[in-house]
Amino acid sequence: MQRSNIFDYKNYLYFKIAALIILVAFAAYLVFEPAVGHYGGSFLGYGLGIISACMVLWMAWYGVRKRRYRSAGSTQGWLSAHIYLGTALTVLVTLHSGFHFGLNVHTLAYALLLIVVISGFFGNYTYMIYPRMMSENMGEDSLDSLLLRIAEADKLARQIALVMPDAINNTVARACRETSIGLGLIEQLKGYQPNCPSAQAVDDLTELGKDLSPEQRKLYRELYTIMVRRLSLVKRARQDLMYRSRLGIWLYLHVPFAIALLVAMTAHIIAVFVYW
Amino acid sequence: MRKHFNIIIIGAGPSGLSAATRAAEQGADYLLLEASAAAASTIRSYQRRKLVMAEPRALPLRSPLPFSASLRESVLDTWERTIAERKINIRYQSKVVDISTGAKKLKLTLEDGEKLTADHVVLAIGVQGNLRKLEIPGGESEHVQYQLDDPEAYQNETIVVVGGGDTGVENALALTGRNQVIILNRAEDFSNLKESNLTLLTEARHKGALDWLLQTKPQSIETNDSGDFPITLFASTPNGVERIPCHRIIARLGALPSRPVLEKFGVAFPTPDAGALPLLSASYESNVPGLYIIGALAGYPLIKQGINQGFEVIEHILGNPVESADTELLRQKFSSFCDDRGVDDVLVKVQKNVPLLAMLSTLQLRELVLESNILLPQPGDIVFKRNDYSTTFFFVIEGDLEVLIDDDDVPDAELHTGNFFGELALVSGRRRPGTVRAKTPCVLIETPRRVMQKLINSVQSMRRVLNEVAIKSVVQVCIGVSLSEEELNDVASHAILKSFAAGEELFHEGDEADGLYLIQSGSVTVSRMIAGREVVLFYVAAGNYVGEMSLVSGEPRYATVRAAVATDAVLIKADRMRDIISKNPEIRSSLDARYMQHLQEQEKREQLENVSNGSGSITSQSTQSNLISFLIQQGVGEATDVLLIDESLCVRCNYCEEACASTHGGASRLDRDTGPIFANIRVPTSCRHCEHPHCMKDCPPDAIHRAPHGEVYIDDSCIGCGNCQQNCPYDVIQMAVIHEQPERSLWQMLLGITPKVANDQEGTKVAVKCDMCKDIAEGPVCVRACPVGAALRVNPEGLLGYASGTSGEVNLLDHEEH
Repeated sequence: MQRSNIFDYKNYLYFKIAALIILVAFAAYLVFEPAVGHYGGSFLGYGLGIISACMVLWMAWYGVRKRRYRSAGSTQGWLSAHIYLGTALTVLVTLHSGFHFGLNVHTLAYALLLIVVISGFFGNYTYMIYPRMMSENMGEDSLDSLLLRIAEADKLARQIALVMPDAINNTVARACRETSIGLGLIEQLKGYQPNCPSAQAVDDLTELGKDLSPEQRKLYRELYTIMVRRLSLVKRARQDLMYRSRLGIWLYLHVPFAIALLVAMTAHIIAVFVYW
Repeated sequence: MRKHFNIIIIGAGPSGLSAATRAAEQGADYLLLEASAAAASTIRSYQRRKLVMAEPRALPLRSPLPFSASLRESVLDTWERTIAERKINIRYQSKVVDISTGAKKLKLTLEDGEKLTADHVVLAIGVQGNLRKLEIPGGESEHVQYQLDDPEAYQNETIVVVGGGDTGVENALALTGRNQVIILNRAEDFSNLKESNLTLLTEARHKGALDWLLQTKPQSIETNDSGDFPITLFASTPNGVERIPCHRIIARLGALPSRPVLEKFGVAFPTPDAGALPLLSASYESNVPGLYIIGALAGYPLIKQGINQGFEVIEHILGNPVESADTELLRQKFSSFCDDRGVDDVLVKVQKNVPLLAMLSTLQLRELVLESNILLPQPGDIVFKRNDYSTTFFFVIEGDLEVLIDDDDVPDAELHTGNFFGELALVSGRRRPGTVRAKTPCVLIETPRRVMQKLINSVQSMRRVLNEVAIKSVVQVCIGVSLSEEELNDVASHAILKSFAAGEELFHEGDEADGLYLIQSGSVTVSRMIAGREVVLFYVAAGNYVGEMSLVSGEPRYATVRAAVATDAVLIKADRMRDIISKNPEIRSSLDARYMQHLQEQEKREQLENVSNGSGSITSQSTQSNLISFLIQQGVGEATDVLLIDESLCVRCNYCEEACASTHGGASRLDRDTGPIFANIRVPTSCRHCEHPHCMKDCPPDAIHRAPHGEVYIDDSCIGCGNCQQNCPYDVIQMAVIHEQPERSLWQMLLGITPKVANDQEGTKVAVKCDMCKDIAEGPVCVRACPVGAALRVNPEGLLGYASGTSGEVNLLDHEEH
């Protein structure tokens, strides 16, 4: 099944448009050079600035558009345009500045824009690679079903461990008690628990199984299988949470900084007109 | 106590109560007998606070028994007050076990042996019939119940559910979570269950939510004087008698079917079909003189119909001729084309004009007309277009029409007064094969599929005629050659209609060729054994034929053909077919052409499959044939439009669900992350808009329809009974409260803040399902809201064609092209 994604949407339509915009902007930049050199207040600078400001507003409008479910057209097209035109925007804005930077609200707006675009790039990257990895990791299971199966395995393992020597019982009980799955944002993003008690328990069990009586060995093997299965379930659940958090985390930069950009841009525009 | 009455009414449901109230009002000599301890036991068995609807809305109510759409409690309350105020002569717990004809009067025997006589008996016992009871020692205990009103009312109890049928299992499932539930099943498995219930049941047991005992029968019940459990059930299991202490036993042993009961009373039926209705006169009298049948038992399942019939039947018996309540409605229906004569005259004229309708009784015809539309197309008006989805059936009362099958504007056939059309869509559930256009001013009756189906089950002669016609049209559609009427009759008379269950083989690779199979409804897959495994080569939909390869070559079957869903096919025997071919060179060449094309395609596919096997790796080609098998397994074979999610693109943002919920009253009709996956394609839990929607089967207010573009939707008249939810094999219908979604402010949209919705669960639950956004101009929002293009809707023919490599493109959202 070959389907068009956000990048090759309509045969790279928005890529082409973005490339064209960049080319035209560069050409204009080279052709119209004011006597005092390039700066935001020149004829070309204003032109680029106005276009860029409109594009920033239009980019922000995507946040509204994607939730206006009744509006016409496909969100996929909007996102494709959002990505390519957003990238082109960095070039326009840079040309608009005429490469004049300083410690002021103008450069702040510029920096914020770069953060927004770069976080967007990271978002693109996650969109490109994680979906496939997520379905490879989960198959038809859902996170809830994994957690349910882990809970079941916990119950069963604890029951069997009760009739085992104390050392085994302790390590199993600890694994069931102390294993955490996606506790806190950092752990979610990392996708593993340092010194994971479940992995530890499987290692320990390998050692501890050596001096068991023959009748205990049968139960031990069962326990061992359960713990191995449990560990793999735990790992998959953590993986899934990791992908989910990584697919979402960049938006926590992208959106607040976009809002900050809107504020800074407004300040920038007002400042320019006040101090004209 | 008195032994003789002029009228005895059996059954204090809506119909019986209405009859009794009218009889009381008229001062008649009557008695109302009710088998249970209270009136209206069927409505009483509804869930608490369920809305009882008063459909059809247009039908006026004409009975002293008050009734309007309201909650179960208030309906029951009103009726109980009526019984008390009007001093209705009712006897509870008086079950009639026999009715026989005596000299000029009917003799009734009650369960306790008492005998009564009557001049007239009105049977209004409904179809819920008599629930089977636990006939074991202790079975009359107060802890044994035969219905479950409110599953929420029981907490922390041990409950034994007796009966492994759907109702029993549904009750048991509703009780899980808060109670310890054990199911007792007499059989050795749950093979009679609906697929969805079986899955839920197995899951529930897997989770430990309930347990079951198989091949187990209850033996006796003992009451405990002390201890935690009020009763103990003794049950015989294959391992001996088991003691089960419990709080409550819910026995769902099914109802005794009504037909044998009626036959015992001497009532005649027109056909041996289980769905047939008893033969009744226009005044509801059966073939047993003095025995009247009304309400659901007579085939009128709606409460209002039953109440009106209760009124009418008493008037008939008392000798006051009465126009039935629907006469006014009929007059309105007919007023558009014929207002100068009485309704009865028009009905007679209709029967005279249309031979097929002459086969119906007056009652049946009245009902048919009531449920139908009268259309008056003018010359040039189009009745329906080719490729439309509609499943209604048309009778031509007056006028001439033209049929256009191909793209040119030249009529391919004509229809005249007395003809009927639309039978193919009726049978196959597929798009209309041709356009029908009026040639002169016409009068048509347009009848819904459900009504036709009911009649076909009851009227044998009608069924025979329609079957013959269906065979003829399937021959015409499949082979695509207009044979002469004579030849067509000849073919039809030798054709055999065969039905196949899903998965059943029409024929097997290597078999001797028995003939040509024309697929009338359903669809089939064509597969071959290649390198030791079965590879699906093609998918063939209704309106095409299979089996032509062996017929042309004379060799054994080249491939195995298997029904993908329940399929009806018309078999034309090989020798008959050869006769026809020899007379019609046109058929010969079209069969040959298909043969050559198939051979080439098969050869190509086979080589690709072999390559994939030789190299040991799975190439895209072999995945494609696996993809067909997978999609067929997911029921795509009976679908008309399926939502798929490409998991390799999906970023799990859930906008598809949010878009659906926000445009559809807050309840998403798709569940993105459930559903099987194959090769990164997920078939999420979402409506497939089946050819013959399972949900439509049993909808009391007839609220489920199919729009012209194929969308299957539920309208506002849903009463929330949940039948469709149970009937859907794909679990895509849910019960939910619908409410207006608040407008979101710009700010809320930008930041994705969901506004608070007050009291989510307030209100009446209705059935909701995907309507393919038929009311939204640009089509399905789930697809359009997907930012990454992972959600796609496809029609299965396009998809399967794509997957099998026979067509280039998947048809996205494409309704027009076929």
